[in-house]
Amino acid sequence: MQPDSRHFKANAEAALREPRLQAALKQLELGFVAGRQRCYEALPEFESLRDRARDILDHTLENLDAYLVEYESRVIESGGQVHWASTPVQAREIVIDICRAAKARSVIRGKSMVGEEIGINDALEAAGFEVTETDLGEYILQLAGEPPSHIVAPAIHKTREEISDLFFEHHREHGFTQRQTERSALVAEARQVLREKFLGADVGMTGANFLIAETGSNVIVTNEGNGDLSSTLPRVQIVTAAIDKVVPTLEDASLLLRLLGRSATGQEITAYTTFTTGPKRARDADGPGEYHVVLIDNHRSEMLGSELRPMLRCIRCGACMNHCPVYGRVGGHAYGWVYPGPMGSVLTPIMVGLDEAGHLPNACTLNGRCETVCPVKIPLPTLLRSLRRRQHLQRQNSRLARIALSLWTWVALRPRLYQALTRPAMSLLSRLGAKSGSFRRMLLASGWTRVRDLPAPQGSTFQARWQQRQRGRK
Amino acid sequence: MEIPDTNSPSDQPHVGLFVTCLVDLFRPSVGFAAVELLQRAGCRVTVPRAQTCCGQPAFNSGDDWHAKQIAMQVLDAFEEFDYVVGPSGSCMGTIRCHYPEMFADDSRLLPRFEALCAKSHELVSFLVDVRGVEAVEASFDHCVTYHDSCSALRELGIKAQPRKLLATVAGLHISELQGTDICCGFGGTFCVKYPEISGSMVADKVAAVAASGADTLLSGDLGCLLNLSGKLRREGKSTRVYHVAEVLANMADGKSIGEGDD
Ligand code: SF4
Repeated sequence: MQPDSRHFKANAEAALREPRLQAALKQLELGFVAGRQRCYEALPEFESLRDRARDILDHTLENLDAYLVEYESRVIESGGQVHWASTPVQAREIVIDICRAAKARSVIRGKSMVGEEIGINDALEAAGFEVTETDLGEYILQLAGEPPSHIVAPAIHKTREEISDLFFEHHREHGFTQRQTERSALVAEARQVLREKFLGADVGMTGANFLIAETGSNVIVTNEGNGDLSSTLPRVQIVTAAIDKVVPTLEDASLLLRLLGRSATGQEITAYTTFTTGPKRARDADGPGEYHVVLIDNHRSEMLGSELRPMLRCIRCGACMNHCPVYGRVGGHAYGWVYPGPMGSVLTPIMVGLDEAGHLPNACTLNGRCETVCPVKIPLPTLLRSLRRRQHLQRQNSRLARIALSLWTWVALRPRLYQALTRPAMSLLSRLGAKSGSFRRMLLASGWTRVRDLPAPQGSTFQARWQQRQRGRK
Repeated sequence: MEIPDTNSPSDQPHVGLFVTCLVDLFRPSVGFAAVELLQRAGCRVTVPRAQTCCGQPAFNSGDDWHAKQIAMQVLDAFEEFDYVVGPSGSCMGTIRCHYPEMFADDSRLLPRFEALCAKSHELVSFLVDVRGVEAVEASFDHCVTYHDSCSALRELGIKAQPRKLLATVAGLHISELQGTDICCGFGGTFCVKYPEISGSMVADKVAAVAASGADTLLSGDLGCLLNLSGKLRREGKSTRVYHVAEVLANMADGKSIGEGDD
C-alpha cells in the first residue's frame, strides 16, 4: 500500500464531511467502547492483568533475541521452516518463492495486519497468483479495492448498503443474481463463495496474534473460523508475523488472550482461538504438508533500541483507536497507511518515514484516553511526544510554528518584559471585545476562530491587578 | 524579595500561587478566586512575580530545551514555598508529571524537581486532599454541568474533588455530562493546527452540554473553558461558562467567560 499520510489533514477534512462515515464511526462508542467497559467492570483483576501483561512483554523484549531463537528451534523441530526478513521487500520475495516452489495457483489469506504492512496481496497478484481474502471484512474490502480502516474491524467504514451493492456486483459470476440486504443473507452468500476458494486453494496464509517460544506454535484469534480453514485446508501454510509477536510460554499467551478479546471487541474470548504447530504429522487427519513462518523486522529492531520500545508490546487490539476522539471522527483511511489511530500514529512514522507521516504525531490532543485503555499500558502520548521531539530536532515541523513557539518562549523567560507586554495588550483586547464578549475573527488566530469564537480577556492581567492590590494594602 | 501577600500568622502553610498564563491573560478573576479559596483554607499565599508559563507548549511541541529553561524558571520562583498550587490540571500536570521526566538524566537537578513535584497541586484537589476542606461557603442558584479536563482526570486523577465541593454550594444542582472522559478538542496547539477536527470534537461536547440541561458549564482548566465558551458563543448558545474556582469562592457574579455587555 502506497502511503498517503502526508495528506492527513485534507483527508481528515474530507472524512468529516462524509455523512456515511460519520454514522459508521458513531457506532464505535456504542459498540466497542461500551463492550470493553462491560468486560472491564466484570473482571476485577483487569488492572492487575494489565500490569502483568506489560511485565511479560517487557521481559520478552528485553530477551527478544533468545526467545526468537528458541521459537525458531521449536518450529524446525516440529517440521516447519523459518525465514527471516528485514524488509517488506524481502518478506514479499520469500512468500512468492515459497508459492512458486509449491507450484501454487491460488492463495487464500486470513486477516493479517503484517500482511498489509508488507503489501503481500498486490505482490502476489503481480506475480500471477490468485489471492482471496477470507476474513469477511477483508473480503469486502478486496472487492471494493480499499485498504482496511481499522485493525480489528477492517471494513468498519462500510455500511450494509454498500456491501449489498458490492456483493450484487461481484457475486453474479458465482450465480447469485439477487441483491441481498439482510445481514444473515449477505454472510451466507459470502460464505458460499468463499467455500469454493477454500477448497481450491494451494497456499493458506495467516498472520499470528502470538508466537510461542516454548512450543513453536502460532496463535490466531478470529470470530469467523476463516483463519482455521486457511491454515488447515491448503497443502502449504505460510504464517507471516512480526518479530514482536513472540511470547515465552503458553501460559503467557493465555494471559494476553484474556486481555485481547475484552479490549478489542468486548468479548471475554473470541469465537475461535487456534494454536497451530508445524505441518501435518503422520498421525494427523488434516493439515498442511509444508509449514513456513516468515519473521519480519521492518524497523522493529530499530525501535527495540530506542525510546519507542514500549510500542513493541502492542497486541493489536484496537482499543486505542476505538477510544481516540480523533480516530472517531476522521476514521482510519485519513491516516494514509495500514495502521491508524494512536498506535498507527507511532508506527507509521517509523515504518514509512517521519517526513511522509509528519502529521500523525501532531494530530493528537495528548488527552491520554488511549493510554488508559491500552491492555499492555503503552504510554502512547509519551511516544507521540518523542516523535515530535525527533521532528523538532530534525527541523521537520512547520517553520511558522517554530517561530511562534520560540517567540513565546523567549518572552516567557523574561517575566518583566512579559508582564510589560501583556498588560497593555490584554487591556486593549478586553476593551475591543467588551461589548460582544468574544471575537468572531482575530488576526493571527484564524485557526482558532475558523470554528469557534475567541472569548475576550477580562481586563488587565492578573499580575497587574494583583500588584495594584498589594500596593493599595501597604 | 517577594511581597508578603497576606498578613496571616506564619504557622500557616505558605503557598506559592502558580497563576498560569491563561488565567493571567484571560481571566484574572480565577486568580483572585484561587487566592480567596487558599486563604479560607488557612494558607498564606504569595504570588511570585517571576512566573509566566509552565513550558507545556514547548514540551508538547518536542522542544525540550526551551521547556527545560522554563521549568528551571518555575523551580527558582517556587522552590521556597511549602506548596505550589495552580488553578489548572494541565499546568500542574506538567509540573507534577513531566518536569521530573524532563530532568530524568540530570542527577543534580532531578532531586529538586522531584521535591517540587511532590508539593505541587491543582487547586481543587489541594483544597480537598491536602487541606481537608469539606465544604465551601458559596451560593450559586443554577443547574451546572462539569467538564473534566483530560489532564486533571488522567494525569492527576481528579474527578471526585470538584464535585464534592460543588455539592456544598447553596442552590447549585449538578447535571452530569455524557462522555465526561472524552476530550473537548482543545489540546493546546492542536486546536489551531487541526481546526476542523478540533471543531468537530468541541461541537459534540457542546451538544452534550445542551443535552445535560444545565445553564452553566464549569471546569478546572481555562484552555478547555475558552474552547468550550468560544464554541457555545459561535453557536449562539447562552450557556454561562465559569472556572470552578469562581463558583467555589462565591465570585461568579461577574460576566461569564465570553459574555459581552449586550
Ligand atoms: S497500542 Fe495498546 S490499545 Fe492500541 S492496539 Fe496496541 S495494544 Fe491495543
